Amino acid sequence: MSDPIQIINDKCVSCGACVRACPFDAISQAERKAIPVIDLTKCTLCGACVQACKFDAILMQAKPAADAGAIAAYKDVWVFAEQHEGRVQSITYELLGEGRKLATELGCRLCAVLLGHDVKAAASGLIARGADVVYAVDRPELAFFQDEPYAAVLVELVRRHKPAIFLCGASTMGRSLVSRVAVPLRAGLTADCTGLAIDPESKNLLQTRPAFGGNIMATIVAPNARPQMATVRHKVMKEAPLDPAHQGEVRIEEVPVELLASRTRRVKFELEVETTLNLSEANIIVAGGRGMQKPENFAMLRELAEAIGAGVGASRAAVDANWIPYSHQVGQTGKTVCPKIYIACGISGQIQHLAGMSSADIIVAINKDPEAPIFKVATYGIVGDSMTILPKLTAAFRAALGK
Amino acid sequence: MHYVVCIKQVPETTDVRINPETKTLMREGVAAIVNPFDMYAIEEALRMKERQGGKITVLTMGPPQAESALREALSMGCDEAILVSDRAFAGSDTWATSYTLAQAIRKIGDATVILCGKQASDGDTAQVGPGIAMHLDLPQITYVRKIESMDERHIVAQRLMDDGIETVESPLPALLTVIKELNEPRLPSLKGKLNARKVQIVTWSATDLNPDPKCLGLDGSPTKVVRIFSPAPRGGGQMLQGEPDELVTQLVEKLKDVVLAARS
Repeated sequence: MSDPIQIINDKCVSCGACVRACPFDAISQAERKAIPVIDLTKCTLCGACVQACKFDAILMQAKPAADAGAIAAYKDVWVFAEQHEGRVQSITYELLGEGRKLATELGCRLCAVLLGHDVKAAASGLIARGADVVYAVDRPELAFFQDEPYAAVLVELVRRHKPAIFLCGASTMGRSLVSRVAVPLRAGLTADCTGLAIDPESKNLLQTRPAFGGNIMATIVAPNARPQMATVRHKVMKEAPLDPAHQGEVRIEEVPVELLASRTRRVKFELEVETTLNLSEANIIVAGGRGMQKPENFAMLRELAEAIGAGVGASRAAVDANWIPYSHQVGQTGKTVCPKIYIACGISGQIQHLAGMSSADIIVAINKDPEAPIFKVATYGIVGDSMTILPKLTAAFRAALGK
Repeated sequence: MHYVVCIKQVPETTDVRINPETKTLMREGVAAIVNPFDMYAIEEALRMKERQGGKITVLTMGPPQAESALREALSMGCDEAILVSDRAFAGSDTWATSYTLAQAIRKIGDATVILCGKQASDGDTAQVGPGIAMHLDLPQITYVRKIESMDERHIVAQRLMDDGIETVESPLPALLTVIKELNEPRLPSLKGKLNARKVQIVTWSATDLNPDPKCLGLDGSPTKVVRIFSPAPRGGGQMLQGEPDELVTQLVEKLKDVVLAARS
């Protein structure tokens, strides 16, 4: 098989324009007058070098041109409505808020797709949040999330109604589910987007997401495949406002019964009770690290969290010391969170921790070490001992908030 | 029992930056490691083998230098290693990557349990594990935190979801993606390191996988990256000054309105 991208030696004048144009550092010249070499392990075939070359000396294997007619058959913006026990999750409202903008730009409908059992109330709730159409599949087999039937039903609905865009929350459920949907559809799928926009010329969905632990942002497109699928990071997009006057239609969809089968079987489900608040749902997070010194001191964090309605997070160091369960860990090997306020107490701010929380709106850092890297990302920094500051902060918030 | 562990060699994310002048990704001199989540997958395969016997094959797709990631897995105790490597894979996104790995697992033939890390630390997509399962039409248990029981035909495992812990039973073969809570990866022993040197790593190219060429590399990848850039720097932070009581007063004043809005 030939290389997907090649430099044609006869045409190349070794000017180096492609070397400079490559955003991925994949093209190099051994010396100034040498013919450049493309490192295919770094190359993403983005085409920047092809455009930069004035001598048509770079040949990139053309993708089979998209069938414009087939692409045009896909319309509408779809949002997967995540429900737990019939309650629609707030990420869904964020998707509807963002989906509305995209639908307006494309001049198409905004639709929600809802799988569950006894979902009538939830379906009308989605219309009040801006959905023009709710495709609902109401079956006991779909009462709670199971990877296989949920994926099979979504594949069927996409084939039936052909949405141009399919958005889903980047929740544990969403990420487990949508890859199984994208594979049989041969759809492009982008994970954990923090920015979505419509390209004004091509009308393609521009999907922007962090990579390399948030050190780098990448914009991704899927020009020749439909639907354009993306999961979206929780708490980044603004919720669609509640508008009880908004009109829409609930369509109950029937699906073949064989799609509802699951080889896996839920044995039991235990809601997490330790937390006051689910970390990914929390608008405010109070987090502790090694500087909290011992597990008992996490009580101080919990008190502050209760006073201000926050969830409790932790650094890897605190989790590894068994001061708090893993489900509270924020960072590269834990959760990625995006709250309005993140209060880091005794957390030094290793890059792996920052990867999980640096997109928070406001970051407060309390640390004894004035050189701690956490202060580099902090909106407000306090050099001091968390053990001294925390009780005072809790008391001051209680007074200020009238509790 | 044949355990197949899919791993990825990733750069230490700590070191990856965009060169502010050339706007290109700087990867030179960045250390390559086994993706952290994959270490838990390797460790769990070792424990499964210790409990009920069998063989562990570690599998990766990548450039020739990814061999060092396979050697690390071998030195921990994996039995065999396969490197899937071909220039035809260039430009693979998660769709094409999961297809390619699935083809390799088909060729292996008798996998009972396929283990993957939850996600890779460079791309953070978490899409390849479930993608492989779908390409192979296998059931999956994602975010596994504990194996409760297992025999030759079934597995019962706990998975960590956003709002709680779900216990799931699945027939085998099945694909699991694993999280940190599952175990603590062992360090390679000296004997393991010596063994690892002796194992012949099997290399498969595209043609070995009998693929549909339309599903590989660029052709098999519906998505493409069109732009990379550095995230907007955070606005200048402010260090609060004063005695603890003053600090607390200042902070409450600054946060009070946001807290009230966030709580409602």
